[in-house]
Amino acid sequence: MPKDTTVRIMNEKSIALALTRISHEIIERNKGTDNIVIIGIRTRGAILAERLAENLSKIGKVALPVGVIDITLYRDDVQDKLDQPVVQKTDLLFDIVDKVVVLVDDVIYTGRTIRAALDAIIDFGRPRAIQLAVLIDRGHRELPIGPDFIGKVVPTSRNERVEVHLIEQDGVDEVIIDRSGRGGV
Amino acid sequence: MRSRHLLGLEGMPAEDINLILDTAISFKEVLSRRIPKVPTLRGMTIVNLFYEPSTRTRISFELAEKRLSADTVNFSASGSSVSKGETLKDTLQNIEAMKIDMVVIRHSAAGSPHYLTTCCQSIVINAGDGAHEHPTQGLLDIFTMREKYGKIDGLKVVIVGDIKHSRVARSNIWGLLTLGAKVSVCGPPTLLPVEMEKFGIKVFDDLDEALDGVDIVNVLRLQRERQQSGLLPSLREYSRYWGITKERLGKLNENFTIMHPGPMNRGVEISSEVAEGTYSVILPQVTNGVAIRMAVLYLLSGGSRKDPTTGGKVDE
Repeated sequence: MPKDTTVRIMNEKSIALALTRISHEIIERNKGTDNIVIIGIRTRGAILAERLAENLSKIGKVALPVGVIDITLYRDDVQDKLDQPVVQKTDLLFDIVDKVVVLVDDVIYTGRTIRAALDAIIDFGRPRAIQLAVLIDRGHRELPIGPDFIGKVVPTSRNERVEVHLIEQDGVDEVIIDRSGRGGV
Repeated sequence: MRSRHLLGLEGMPAEDINLILDTAISFKEVLSRRIPKVPTLRGMTIVNLFYEPSTRTRISFELAEKRLSADTVNFSASGSSVSKGETLKDTLQNIEAMKIDMVVIRHSAAGSPHYLTTCCQSIVINAGDGAHEHPTQGLLDIFTMREKYGKIDGLKVVIVGDIKHSRVARSNIWGLLTLGAKVSVCGPPTLLPVEMEKFGIKVFDDLDEALDGVDIVNVLRLQRERQQSGLLPSLREYSRYWGITKERLGKLNENFTIMHPGPMNRGVEISSEVAEGTYSVILPQVTNGVAIRMAVLYLLSGGSRKDPTTGGKVDE
């Protein structure tokens, strides 16, 4: 992609700061870490979930359970696509009944991924509450869904592309906006 | 998936086989959940068209469909308009007129699923056609092997029994060869097809020779109806020469596995002791069958939703 169309809006330091702030907000809101479980949405939400859990464990001095869900089977557009998206594994090795689930994703956009994730989680049990943490809120919601904890609000147009890169997956921590007009998350 | 239908494993590229096997791992996890069901195929209608008796395959397909939230309709040839002389094509076109998306078909005539693809719009899945192929059985057998050994490449597999009339054998052979296994077959000479060696398959009529140094024995059901056709002297003789008993297992590799697609004739092709041994994966095969069929249904459902503006289907 041509370089002049992309802008870097977060780097390693600002991502780490945002995650630290979100961790404190989670503790403040829930008055501690009791009963909290963290669930990340594959792929990058899962990585952020690990990082948040690590922060929270340091602050609260107890290790929190971390799980991963793949929402492919809950999408509302499966039968529209010609090539089926690859189904990856869901790993929820703990009980979520009566727990406060902090659901983590990298970017919230239309809200459809979160809708799918909520359905998936509820199939595993009835949590006391589900709270949503995202690194980037780029607007353009198509469903009545809102994040509880936000790293950064980034006003975008629909034909811009927001890309979160994380060391574990992409070798670098950064958030960039691509204005070349390809659209999407 | 390269193909719109699942007709057989012959010619299916390794990437597609592996995609199905990998996807089935995720569905196996779904089946272990408190609510073993996902909404993926909501709104899809699937017809199970069974022209031959079946317990396992039919229940397995039906469960897989229900676990994916599809609507299902079951059809068996007995007690239907087939007994009034309706042709396969007419039956299907009539069912299709009631707006269905997929057909799972079991038929005694080899090639009937292929034929259906030429005269209907639906996605067709072969659930066993004559002595030709039974692709989901082949896939679930390969999945079960991969689950235990971590890979297929280099595994030594012998298929024992009535190879000639077995669609299970054929689907296993095609899939296993594509993924790099070393396949051999063993059975009475009257029940072994000719020229198997051309495909790189070793052929034995002596069971002890066939079992030497092998990892997996896939034991086929002896179709008793064959005995009448003069291909077998007697069940007792078959059992003595080709039945898998505990005494025969010594020649196999360490960590060997016994498989059987069911239904078993205990004491004929396999002894009860072997069927229930710790090395037997006959029941895990059945469990994996549901996950494999869910993977196949999911992967083939892409682009199946009808376009509301034209009422037609999305083309390939």
